[in-house]
Amino acid sequence: MSATAVTEPPRTTPPQRPARRRGFLGLDRDGLMLAVPALVPVVLFSVYPLLRGIYLGFTDAQAGANAQTSFTGFENYRNLLGDSYFWESFRIGLIWAFAVTILQFFASLGLALLLNQRLRLRWLARTLALVPWAMPPVVIGIMWRLVYHPNAGILNDVLMDLRIIDENVDWLSSFSLALPAVILVGVWAGMPQTTVVLLAGLQSVPRELHEAAAMDGAGVWQRFRNVTWPAIKPVVVAMTTLDFIWNFNSFSLVYVLTQGGPGGETRLPLLFAYEEAFRYGNYGYAAALGNAMVVVIAVFVVFYLRQRVREANAR
Amino acid sequence: MTRSTPVATTLKYVALAGYLVFLAFPLFWLVSTALKTPQELALIEPTWIPNDITFDNFRAAFDEQPIVRSILNTLLVAGVSCLVTVVLSIPAAYVMARYRSVLSRMTLVWVLLSQIFPFILVIIPLFLLLRDLGLYDTYLGLIAVYVVWSMPFALWMLRSYIETIPIELEEAASMDGASKVRTLRSVIAPLLAPGVVAAGLFAFVSAWNEFLFALVLIRDPELQTLSLTLVKFIGAEGVARLGPLAAASLVATIPSLIFFAFMQRRLTGGLLGGAVKS
Repeated sequence: MSATAVTEPPRTTPPQRPARRRGFLGLDRDGLMLAVPALVPVVLFSVYPLLRGIYLGFTDAQAGANAQTSFTGFENYRNLLGDSYFWESFRIGLIWAFAVTILQFFASLGLALLLNQRLRLRWLARTLALVPWAMPPVVIGIMWRLVYHPNAGILNDVLMDLRIIDENVDWLSSFSLALPAVILVGVWAGMPQTTVVLLAGLQSVPRELHEAAAMDGAGVWQRFRNVTWPAIKPVVVAMTTLDFIWNFNSFSLVYVLTQGGPGGETRLPLLFAYEEAFRYGNYGYAAALGNAMVVVIAVFVVFYLRQRVREANAR
Repeated sequence: MTRSTPVATTLKYVALAGYLVFLAFPLFWLVSTALKTPQELALIEPTWIPNDITFDNFRAAFDEQPIVRSILNTLLVAGVSCLVTVVLSIPAAYVMARYRSVLSRMTLVWVLLSQIFPFILVIIPLFLLLRDLGLYDTYLGLIAVYVVWSMPFALWMLRSYIETIPIELEEAASMDGASKVRTLRSVIAPLLAPGVVAAGLFAFVSAWNEFLFALVLIRDPELQTLSLTLVKFIGAEGVARLGPLAAASLVATIPSLIFFAFMQRRLTGGLLGGAVKS
């Protein structure tokens, strides 16, 4: 290194940026022309509404032609804290989301493990496992209403024949049974996605690893714990986090099954918010509920990200 | 494959059978209910397999004007949303695939955010916005919303398809003096057909199955989509109406069944088949 280089740093020309990276968003004129027709509607009909929705949660926005909206800070949240319906809907929402996510996970893991083996009728199970995915949520709701129907439903008939119950049960109108009943539907409806993801995870586990472990005398459980589980764990964490969030946000299925009844026993947070907004016209309050849901969701996202960071560090 | 004992194998088949029953019996019951006569539906002891199979429920469902009308409405809304989504997404997906732009990253973030935000935060302002634009309770408003909400995922799908098309093809076209738009139209678009079909079907089925947006943004019974009409049916459900309700529900499932039949190869081939490569 020469002396001049110390006193006078060599003039390095900044690396030439690729010609395309310039202008707005790193796009040239052609690029903008191609992207704008998609960007404008997305910003107008989804980015903007979302931001405005978050803001509405801090206002007293109401339905009505001459309703004035003013910024009220945290007043909605103070009201929420004192609103027993709010606590009730979050309690039910959390029970529902946890129960559906966990049951769905174990049910799907079992199915994925079976589908990952050479069994007869596997194709049938695969096809059937995908069907709920292909059904509109409204149809899934109607279908299960037929199953749960007190007189014409198959469930009562089977349970009567098995002598588990001795009179017809009105599942979706019962205070104690409605929530378990809708949770079962939630599990049924969400299984395809979870199963497909888990199966993909299972199939990424090298077969040789299993064989080597079996040679070393590892039993089924040990092989699952020490070979399969570590391999699929990242997928499982990501998927259950997302499943939980989806379930916490879910609406259509329960709306069709019970409309939140009986007596609010299945009123998930989003059903509560929907009623507040579109039955009672309390837009600001409903949006505040949405923001409160975001807080719950954020906790799970943070938990997920921490898990990711820990995995990355462990490597 | 490690060998399993006969007991283990038996247990596996018992478990598989359990799953088959759990997955299939609601479907079986839907079909069975759709094929029963009103008299049979009213029986105190429900029959599993209809004694005399009837297709009257389908006719009854179609005779109710709202069903036919709402099928046409849904076809229109889903069809137009699908077309518009694809037409708008192809150029943008091209930009995401070929430019070093923040756009690609932003879209990924948006795909994720749009998955985790509670819908209520979006739907109230959308309702207000569409009302101010005069688009509340119109096909156009609902279509705009569907387009925008299936676009992030469509962009993501199309982008990965475009990335598989060799860039040399484009370079050759531009050497020959073709503009970007021209290249996109005559070089990329034809090669993209499978991706376009997949993204288009996705957009169509999302719109066909959607419920909450339609519930909030459509009021006129004449404009109702199928999901809305089916839910209305539920309110007035005497036992005799269960048959038509089941029949109409089966009809409502057809488009997405076709979609999945089409996608099954990709789903089972790509995911279930074990080719998990990122």
